[in-house]
Amino acid sequence: MKILVPIKRVVDYNVKVRPKADESGVDLNNVKMAINPFCEIAVEEAVRLKEGGTATEIIAVTVGSSASQEQLRTALALGADRAILVETEIEVEPLAIAKLLKGVVEKESPDLVILGKQAIDGDNNQTSQMLAALTGYAQATFASELKIEGEKAVVTREVDGGLQTISVNLPCIVSTDLRLNEPRYASLPNIMKAKQKPLDVIEAGSLGVDIEPRNKTLKVSPPPVREAGIIVETVDDLVDKLKNEAKVIT
Amino acid sequence: MSILVIAEHDNEEIKASTNNVVTAATNLEGDIHVLVAGSNCSGAKDQAAKISGVARVLVADSPEYEHCLAENIADLIVAISADYSHILSPATTNGKNYMPRVSALLDVAQISDITAIESSDTFERPIYAGNCIATVQNSDSKKVITVRTTAFDAAQNDGSAEVVDLQESHNLGISEFIKEEIAESDRPELTSADVIISGGRGMQNGDNFKILESVADKLGAAIGASRAAVDSGFVPNDYQVGQTGKIVAPNLYIAVGISGAIQHLAGMKDSKVIVAINKDEDAPIFQVADYGLVADLFTAVPELDAKL
Ligand SMILES: Cc1cc2nc3c(=O)[nH]c(=O)nc-3n(C[C@H](O)[C@H](O)[C@H](O)COP(=O)(O)OP(=O)(O)OC[C@H]3O[C@@H](n4cnc5c(N)ncnc54)[C@H](O)[C@@H]3O)c2cc1C
Ligand SMILES: Cc1cc2nc3c(=O)[nH]c(=O)nc-3n(C[C@H](O)[C@H](O)[C@H](O)COP(=O)(O)OP(=O)(O)OC[C@H]3O[C@@H](n4cnc5c(N)ncnc54)[C@H](O)[C@@H]3O)c2cc1C
Repeated sequence: MKILVPIKRVVDYNVKVRPKADESGVDLNNVKMAINPFCEIAVEEAVRLKEGGTATEIIAVTVGSSASQEQLRTALALGADRAILVETEIEVEPLAIAKLLKGVVEKESPDLVILGKQAIDGDNNQTSQMLAALTGYAQATFASELKIEGEKAVVTREVDGGLQTISVNLPCIVSTDLRLNEPRYASLPNIMKAKQKPLDVIEAGSLGVDIEPRNKTLKVSPPPVREAGIIVETVDDLVDKLKNEAKVIT
Repeated sequence: MSILVIAEHDNEEIKASTNNVVTAATNLEGDIHVLVAGSNCSGAKDQAAKISGVARVLVADSPEYEHCLAENIADLIVAISADYSHILSPATTNGKNYMPRVSALLDVAQISDITAIESSDTFERPIYAGNCIATVQNSDSKKVITVRTTAFDAAQNDGSAEVVDLQESHNLGISEFIKEEIAESDRPELTSADVIISGGRGMQNGDNFKILESVADKLGAAIGASRAAVDSGFVPNDYQVGQTGKIVAPNLYIAVGISGAIQHLAGMKDSKVIVAINKDEDAPIFQVADYGLVADLFTAVPELDAKL
């Protein structure tokens, strides 16, 4: 089985980003970049399927600028066999990314595509479902457990009330939730080996799809600030404040 | 053109998140229609017809919609989409699952998790875990939108909409429901609760959540948790509050043994009043708390319980 893992380069999750002073966008000057945590979980799941003998090849793919090669190398160090960069300088939206990924799916014919459920920058939570729609494949989103059983994938999903288990036909699209696995760290030898693994670059334009943005960001502003609170000394003080000042309990 | 709201329900009852989305829809121009897609869903249908501001309820009652499988629901929505300028759903796990599929089938962008409507094509939405608010203008002919329910009040239930049965059957046959493990609880739902008490890694184990339960019983509160508490197996996944869990905004949020990581704050910082109980006076949670108590939770929480 061949697995395609689309990954995204994002701001490291520890960074607290701010809007630019003129509100024209997000201030990303000199911030640390990393592979999106949910994508790391996707790579890990693919590697485990390969280690377990279910998968034979893992291809990591990203849509972005040439800087994203760094994150593809991370995926290779974690165990992907080869990588593809679909290169574009424009800020692409999930629909455009899904269209480009569909182009890659058509070229590579994977049996399984594993994506992150959401990128922690855009927080859109769209790409996997859109790719499923465009390819006509079934989707199993927010996965906390994935089993391949013959021609089907059996997936346990994290839903609002608890857990839901579904079975979907292969090929299918899976998106990862936090508890699917705990990703490994790349070892130094594997980081060295990753430098030798194949990384192909294809121009986004060569896939012949419309990637013009449909959304225009008019401004990016800071969220409303909360007024500083107070430290109370005792539980009695707390109860008194909640009853008589905030009036949220009776 | 009209506006289509996709109802969140469990076949028997409409979830409050539907009412929040109806309120969001009243900021747009056009009649509001609500789609109830389910199986044996007459209970949900009757309730949907009572939501104030709704002109028409569309019902697709058929076995293939019972478990809200994205493939079938998305095909149904696309099939009836022609008359609508805007299609809205709550940003629940169901809405997040089928709406992007709908938008890709319609070849339009989706606007996720909106918190305000400026005009028929311009919306506000949080990005970067709520550290930035983007104002986004969409150029598509049809707007497909998920709504952050905590940003809009719930519509009342004193309406009487007309009900139309749809004869739409969509079963792609590529996905199948197997089972569901839904926690039964007498407590309010996290996303619509008035009061929430949440525990973090500081709780040490699942058993200790009993001290929160006792307080929750007195306050009629829901119980939440940080990711660390869920990952450590103290409580189930549906308790997780945060960027990648549930977004909540109760009147009162009590954070116990939670440090206040960006990802946790993203899920609760719009609460009206925030209380933090933590033994570390430097914990970042105190920066958003209206009332902070620097104390050991194992003495402070039982004391709070006794004094309520
Ligand atoms: C200031 C600013 C404003 C922006 N304004 C907008 C806007 O108005 N509208 C808009 O749509 N976008 C906007 N973007 C871009 C947005 O942040 C995302 O980069 C983009 O929309 C993709 O969404 P997402 O990453 O949240 O996707 P999600 O759907 O959350 O990503 C889920 C998964 O899809 C896969 N994936 C996502 N991106 C890629 C990729 N490039 N290559 C390979 N796989 C990928 C990964 O597996 C990822 O885990 C803006 C960005 C900035 C910095
Ligand atoms: C991609 C991604 C997504 C994430 N999404 C989420 C999310 O949705 N929600 C979320 O919550 N987190 C999320 N996280 C995790 C987040 O970064 C933090 O790791 C997590 O919130 C920490 O949980 P905590 O505050 O319970 O634990 P800790 O940070 O370990 O804090 C425990 C606190 O308990 C206090 N404490 C300990 N013992 C006591 C005691 N006896 N009395 C009083 N106080 C005590 C300590 O002082 C400390 O402040 C995400 C992380 C990533 C990378």
